[in-house]
Amino acid sequence: MPTEKISLTPEQLEAFGAEMDAIRQRIIADLGEDDAAYIRSVVKAQRGFEIAGRALFYLPPAWPLAVAALSVSKILDNMEIGHNVMHGQYDWMGDPALSSRMFEWDNVCPSDQWKYSHNYIHHTFTNILGKDRDIGYGVLRMDEEQPWHPYYLGNPLYAFLLMVFFEWGVAMHDLEVENIVAGRRKLSDNAALHAGIMRKVKRQAVKDYLLFPALTGPLFPLTLAGNATANLVRNIWAFNIIFCGHFPAGVATFTKEECEDESRGQWYYRQLLGSANITGSKLMHLMSGNLSHQIEHHLFPDLPARRYPEIAEQVREICERYGLRYNTGPLHSQLFSVAKKIVRLSLPGRKKRPEGADHAAPAGLAA
Amino acid sequence: MSITLDLGQRVLRSRAVAALTSPHGVDRYLELVNPMWAATEVRARLTAVHREVDVPGAPPVTTLTFQPTNTWRGHRSGQYVQIGVELDGGRRTTRVFSISSPDSRPGEQFTVTLRANPDTPAERSVSRFLAERARPGLVVHLSQAEGAFTLPDRVPERIVFITGGSGITPAMAMLRSLLLRTHRGRVTFLHYAQSPDHQIYREELADIARAGYGIDVHLVYPRRGGRYFSPMDLERLVPGYRDVDTWACGPAGLLEKVREAYSADGEVSEKLRVEYFRPPAASTGSAEGEVAFTRTGATAANTGATLLEQAEAAGLRPESGCRMGICFSCTTRKSEGTVRNVLTGETSSLPDEDIRICVSTPEGDCAVEL
Repeated sequence: MPTEKISLTPEQLEAFGAEMDAIRQRIIADLGEDDAAYIRSVVKAQRGFEIAGRALFYLPPAWPLAVAALSVSKILDNMEIGHNVMHGQYDWMGDPALSSRMFEWDNVCPSDQWKYSHNYIHHTFTNILGKDRDIGYGVLRMDEEQPWHPYYLGNPLYAFLLMVFFEWGVAMHDLEVENIVAGRRKLSDNAALHAGIMRKVKRQAVKDYLLFPALTGPLFPLTLAGNATANLVRNIWAFNIIFCGHFPAGVATFTKEECEDESRGQWYYRQLLGSANITGSKLMHLMSGNLSHQIEHHLFPDLPARRYPEIAEQVREICERYGLRYNTGPLHSQLFSVAKKIVRLSLPGRKKRPEGADHAAPAGLAA
Repeated sequence: MSITLDLGQRVLRSRAVAALTSPHGVDRYLELVNPMWAATEVRARLTAVHREVDVPGAPPVTTLTFQPTNTWRGHRSGQYVQIGVELDGGRRTTRVFSISSPDSRPGEQFTVTLRANPDTPAERSVSRFLAERARPGLVVHLSQAEGAFTLPDRVPERIVFITGGSGITPAMAMLRSLLLRTHRGRVTFLHYAQSPDHQIYREELADIARAGYGIDVHLVYPRRGGRYFSPMDLERLVPGYRDVDTWACGPAGLLEKVREAYSADGEVSEKLRVEYFRPPAASTGSAEGEVAFTRTGATAANTGATLLEQAEAAGLRPESGCRMGICFSCTTRKSEGTVRNVLTGETSSLPDEDIRICVSTPEGDCAVEL
């Protein structure tokens, strides 16, 4: 990495990486019954909300409650359980029900495809332009370095549509449609992926839009609308949490050249500067799958997420000592910051900002 | 009762229920209500614990009685089952044990007799946990019964069992089945144990010997002056033994002797069936070259041990289960190099091959994705 983006000397970087490795070792040595009991209790709660939600559709006046319960179930399933289990955070338990190899989530994106694009591509090449396809998901302009095109005038609209149809966007993500349009990928490359998506879509649709509505007999339309609403609520929530993780102002992006021959310390450094946290209550952390601790998640993607709050204290202390930025803020200010960026980047860039400007403290920067 | 049960099971395994409980499956919901409810998975509740051998200074041997879920398809005597329990802070650990009770039908109770393995630390050893600390009420995870070390449907007239130590358990299951079936032929039951005090099933075997159902029981205690049978001794006990259906189970050393005794002109008799209780030691593997663990970037000089042991020695903790090539949980991609299967002796040099690292030793340089 060229020096302008790195505020640490190579020696400092190495020491910084060693401190991160030490945190990791401490947590791994301490994993045990409490972590197992925690994830099992979350699973139990999720299944409880799911059953309650499905059952409440039989009582038409309780429709809002049913939708709320099913939304909570889907959010827990996708975030605190699905996302984290599929990262292998609980593989050490040896429980097939919590194994990253076996877990499938309540979402139209097939888990094996998501694990490739997320665990491998996004987590390895985090915020490297041209490599991390999560920057704008091939649809949006989320970084100044992405050249402007009149197409991007629709940036806010595309973001809104991606939010509403987020699970479909995630499912389509692996098809790399933008690369097909650009001629970098052949349609035939997608045959197997396409079949996998269709299988999963069919299962999800049969369950939410056919069988469960049919089981409520005359209430079919209400139940169908309820299930669709729960999927929508999950889409909106997941989109917002995830966009707050990498796109608030002040989060750094990197070029391929900057990341050549990266050392372990540099990798940690990129993960730290390429992510942003959300402050909030315990409930907020649970419902976001602890992605409110996006920084800790990117530093240690395979450690159980319930450990992130305790890790965060140590990471912040280390950041203070090395004088490194730790991007965090409440949900509303991070969301505002993301929305501003989406709108601003829909227009052609003003002159490139002066060097170091993207290191300026954003609104939500921690003291 | 069984009709409603069957109907219930049929509903639970139906495509409609699978579609409704997608993507998690119906068992993920049933287990939250009652761990003994299942549609496809097999679990069992421990109902009785009986200490078979309790000699100070020796690892205890315990017989456990299990009531399986009604997903259990039953077993043929001589088969084994994988048992998974949670040890060492919520880590499911699975090992394979022989079933010691005669044939069971679907959903029926069965017993497992096991000796605590003193070589592994108590908090990580399934056999030590089950033999020393398990109490009735415990729920364990099971596989279906597996293994072809069983009696054929048409039981032969003349049968020989040769067993050593805890290798007696599958033979005992078969012997009990023969007694239940009122087998009319002759059975020779030859067993090696450390001492009468260490003898599993001592009283039951004494009763069988006394009853004279045509079962000759020979208990030998090599450490007390008893000696291993030479081919000549065997010939005197069982004339023409190489042509008699024989089941042998026990430590690798004993089985090696049995194989030799059953060999004529360099060929082992087809009548001999053997079952290893532990894979043979991998010391025959060559210890040259280097093993590369490509995912972690670690490398180590090839020690000739299994890839699982070498990975663990290098500080990695790869997923593993039975450690004897049965459960496939350690299956790992070998990107290059030659490996020898310690069970069969076969070598394979295919690139990008999925291998069971618990029974594979590298021959020379080898790279695995760990």
